[in-house]
This record gives sequence, C-alpha cells and structure tokens, in this order.
Amino acid sequence: MLKAKDRIFTNLYGEDSPSLASAQRRGDWDNTKKYMAKGADAVIDAVKASGLRGRGGAGFPTGLKWSFMPKQAKPDLPHYLVVNADESEPGTCKDRDILRHEPHKLLEGCLLAGFAMRAETAYIYIRGEFYQEAVVLQQAIDEAYAAGLLGANAAKSGWRFDIYLHRGAGAYICGEETALLESLEGKKGQPRLKPPFPAQCGLYGCPTTINNVETIAVVPTILRRGGDWFASLGRKNNQGTKLFCISGHVETPCNVEEEMGIPLQELINKHAGGVRGGWNNLLAVIPGGSSTPLIPKSVCDNVLMDFDALKDEGTGLGTAAVIVMDKSTDIIAAIARIAHFYKHESCGQCTPCREGTGWMSRMLDRMVVGDATSAEIDMLFEISKQVEGHTICALGDAAAWPIQGLIRHFRPLIEKRIKNKTSPSRVAAE
Amino acid sequence: MTATNLTPTTTPTNALASAPAFVFTPENKQRIKAMTAKYPKGREASAVLPVLDLAQRQNNNWLSQTAIEAVAEALAMPAMRVMEVASFYSMFNLKPVGKYFIQCCRTTPCWLMGSDEVARAVKDRLGIGPGETSDCGRFTFVEVECLGACVNAPMVQINDEYYEDLDYVRMKWLIDTLANGEMPNPGSVKGRQGSKAQAKSMAKPMPHSLPESGAKSLAKSETKSGAKSGAKSTPTGKKRGGGKHA
Repeated sequence: MLKAKDRIFTNLYGEDSPSLASAQRRGDWDNTKKYMAKGADAVIDAVKASGLRGRGGAGFPTGLKWSFMPKQAKPDLPHYLVVNADESEPGTCKDRDILRHEPHKLLEGCLLAGFAMRAETAYIYIRGEFYQEAVVLQQAIDEAYAAGLLGANAAKSGWRFDIYLHRGAGAYICGEETALLESLEGKKGQPRLKPPFPAQCGLYGCPTTINNVETIAVVPTILRRGGDWFASLGRKNNQGTKLFCISGHVETPCNVEEEMGIPLQELINKHAGGVRGGWNNLLAVIPGGSSTPLIPKSVCDNVLMDFDALKDEGTGLGTAAVIVMDKSTDIIAAIARIAHFYKHESCGQCTPCREGTGWMSRMLDRMVVGDATSAEIDMLFEISKQVEGHTICALGDAAAWPIQGLIRHFRPLIEKRIKNKTSPSRVAAE
Repeated sequence: MTATNLTPTTTPTNALASAPAFVFTPENKQRIKAMTAKYPKGREASAVLPVLDLAQRQNNNWLSQTAIEAVAEALAMPAMRVMEVASFYSMFNLKPVGKYFIQCCRTTPCWLMGSDEVARAVKDRLGIGPGETSDCGRFTFVEVECLGACVNAPMVQINDEYYEDLDYVRMKWLIDTLANGEMPNPGSVKGRQGSKAQAKSMAKPMPHSLPESGAKSLAKSETKSGAKSGAKSTPTGKKRGGGKHA
C-alpha cells in the first residue's frame, strides 16, 4: 500500500484550495528552474529513469516518446506540447480531479515537459463538459502568468513558455491523439493515418507530442524526488503511482492514488469499502475503462493492477478505471450499454467501425433479451474480429474488446438466456 | 402527479431555418478576438469550437443557422465547414432547448448505480423522456454518454453544472428546486468531498420532497423569472456558499 509520504496528488479531493499560494505550500513550483538548468536532455533522462509509462491508456514509455521530438526546433516549425484532457473513457474521472484540484501540478509539468521537447507553446485540450474544471484551470493559468511562472522567461528559467486552454465540445473520439489535433485545428475530430507520427507532423504540421494529464502532472514530482524514487514503486516496467477510479457496485466508490501493481482485491477492499455484499458477491470487473475486456471473479481474486499483469489475463490497465459489477448485474446488458456507447461515438470515418459498432450493438441488444441463436454468438465474435485492427484508430479495437471479453467469459450465460426465451417475438432492429 | 400540463411537445423541425437573425454582441466580438489570439496567425479556424460555444450561449443554448453563419463570418470560414463541425460535436444543440438542459449520463458506470431511476424521476416529475422538452418549455431532457464523473454515479449535467450521487428522490428534489427558481449548489448532493470515499452513514439525509409549491410553480412557470436570482440551496435546505460561475 502506498505510504502517505509517497503520494503525489496530496490535494486530490480538493480539501485544500487549487490556488497558486496553496499549491506552492504543497510544494508545487518550488525552484522549477533548477531542474531546467541541467538541460532538456537531463529532464528526458530523469523521466526515462523513472520508468513512467503514459497514463492515458496505451502505456507507452513517456521519456522515449519525448525523445522522438527533433532535437532543435526549426524557426518555421515550432514544437508543440498538447495535453489531452479530453477525459471521456467510461469509468474514468481521474484527470478531472487533477484539473480542478491540482491544476498547478499540471501547469508546472507542462513547462518541464515543454522545455524537454523544445516546445514554447502548450495547448491543454479539455473536454467541453468540464466547464467548472476549465474555469479553475484558466484561473490557475492566469495566476501563473501573473507570478512570472509562465510567459517570457518562465519561472526565471530563461525559457519562453505559453499555455493555452482549449475547450472541446463533446466527442469521445477527440481523446484519440490525432483526432484531438484535427479538432484543435478547427475540424471534425476524425483520426489521421499514421505515419507520419505527430512527433514529425502534428499540430499545424509541426512536431507535436500529446500526453495525458496525469502523465504530465507527475513529472514535477519525479524531477524533485528523482527518477529512482518513482521507479522504486511498483514492479519492473510497471513503476510509480497511479490514480485509480473505483466505480460501480462497491460500498464507497472513490478515486485514489495507489502504487502500481497493487492487487485488485486489496485496492477494492482498502479504498472502496469492498464489494457490495462481500467479495463473494463479485461477478466481474472491468479493470481499465470500458474498452478493456472484463475479468470474472476467478481472475479478480489474485490479479495485480498493472500493465503487464492485466495484459497476461487478456485485458489491460487502460486508464485504471475499475468498474465493479456484483452478482445482481445483468452483465450482457452492461456490455450492451458499452456497445451502444461505441456506436454513438464512432466518428464514421472507417467503414468497419461505423457499420460494425452498429451491428454489434444491435445484436447485443437482442441477446440481452435472449432473442438470438447460438450461432449468432459466433457471428458476433467474428464481426468483432473484423472490426478489430481494421480501422485507422483504436476505437474499433476498443469497441470489439469488451464484447470479446463477454463472450470469452460469459458465453454460457448468453446461451442460457437464448434457451430460456420462450416468446418468439423479435425486437425490431434499429 | 398533479401537474397534467407537463406533457411533452415536439420541437418544430424547421426551427433552424425560421430563427431570427443572429449578431454577436460587442462584448462577444471582443471575446472572439481574445479566442483567436491563442492560435498562430492564419490558424484562426482553430477557435471554431470556442466561438460556436460562445454563439450558443448568446442564443439561448442552441445554434440557429444564422448563428452558424455568424461564426463562419467571424472566423473567415465557409459556413458549410462550420456546420460540419457544429453537427459533429454533441454539445452543440441544433434545435431550441429548454432553459434547464438536463443531460443524464447513461453509460455503464452510471447505469450500474441507477441512472434508469434518475430518468424515471424526470419522467414522473416532468412527463418527458429522452429528447423531449416539457410543455412549459423550461426543461429539456436528454440521455448522453459518459460525462466523466463515474465514481460519483449516477449524475446529470444541468447547463454547466454537474450534480452527482443522485437517486430517484434526490433527482425529483433537484427538479423541484429548479422549478422554484433556485439553482442548487453543484457537486455531490450527498455532501461528498469531491471523489473521496464517503461512508453511507455520512451521506446527507434524503431531502423531503417539496410540498405542493414545486408543482404549482411549474404549472405557472412561464410567469416566473426562474433561476437568475442565483439562490443556493442544498438537499437539507441549508444555504451553502462557494458555487463558482464564470
């Protein structure tokens, strides 16, 4: 269990003010220039040494990602840092707490990360629905400018750095990095083909790195306490602390910062008051946001919460949004809701995703009431395989995986419901 | 439910075309300048989302065709490009909506915790289902996908504010309070500190449903000025400060 002294987000719940003065009391913006004086590569090396992997879901090593940026910005091709605060993966609400309660950790992280990748401008793309969060963050930006922590000679480091807040307008797909760039350029949020990767050709055709809020917000603490400290937490390749969002059928749903690799059972019991009705009442858990396949109780008993342990179980850490479902849950309906989500959020660019998410959603809706045949379960699985990996971005995969997880672990339940269906009336397809 | 006049109506489909001309206010023109200044020269189109949002705020929370054209003109973009953007993002309303725009999250984490009950409370209290506007024209209800407050499920967004940790009774209380012309304090209606774990015994007690006054005020809603007074109340009826409005 994470010791209090190793917690990074000490104001996660907003018990203290998000203002600059309070943030400085908590240690933010303390001698930031000292870490920049050692040079951009020193910042990247420290982040590499920490083993930090991206907190937005994919888990790509952050230091490595930054090192893809050109070493020198050309005059006509400025570098950009873009912070992805378009948090909309169902189950995930961790970035919201950073934005509204710890905004200065994010801003200081932007300066350090921007400096490391030779960027003088950062855009924070915040989801449009987070209106109050945007208000708090804008106040924090204004305070930082007034205190000389941003702008020309940011934090007296000699580096010019500007941060602009950009509000989105409600599209899950804009959490995908290239769709986010399209949206930031004032277009529909439809993902771009890669390559070229954003590090070569990103925002306005310039070298760009897109990072998650939590990834950027932990950087100042990593530099203060050293990459070794961060790397000493968790397991090899799965280091550091992580914000977990525990929602669903637990006694006390909450967000909490914990050490990577904490056993799932311990996480739920210690922080969320346990599963409603006791651990034996657990049916299944979606461990990392809606796009990760569910795991049944038998796996939940012993699984560790980190990238590699969950990958070994055929699922993923994703955004570490733990959705708990007890035995009262209609698991087919729960996944059907997720399928409906992806149908709604598909941007419509690639045919397999645009059509496939609709097919999958409609088939699952019928399976909820048992109005299907056993062969259709195979057909549904086959369709999900036709969507997975055949689209420009990962939304197709994200739509397919939860359904594959359902069929993998709960096929007998679907079969049983089809068998029990006595009335032959069919639900009209949409 | 005594208020029989709250049956749903359909929104006129030709509203987009028949709306009056839209002109940005001088203050908003200044704001547009500040918005476009965030982006490099020649990249003013980047501000299309914020400017559309601004237009929507000026236009009673929906975008008419003339509003979209005004945005296009302000940013020197083809109107079709702006329309394309406005129709892609879910936060832009292309039809008129009520003064209180209630968005109920229905995705799995909220559904597990009873978002259907929240929708039922709206149906029982206002007589409207998803996509409908109350007869008095003040309330529009829609179901939306994940709003990102999953550990505080179930929740609704009303205009700019999040209301969290709801259930059937508390949702009814929320509508009653709005109908009385008060905007309740945003956040957890159970008095939770952000996303911190809260023992069940620590939750604020169930609000008493407001007596007759709630229904009455809805029935004569058109004559009431509504929530502009900004009075704050909590489920326990105590006044609480600290609501932020920009």
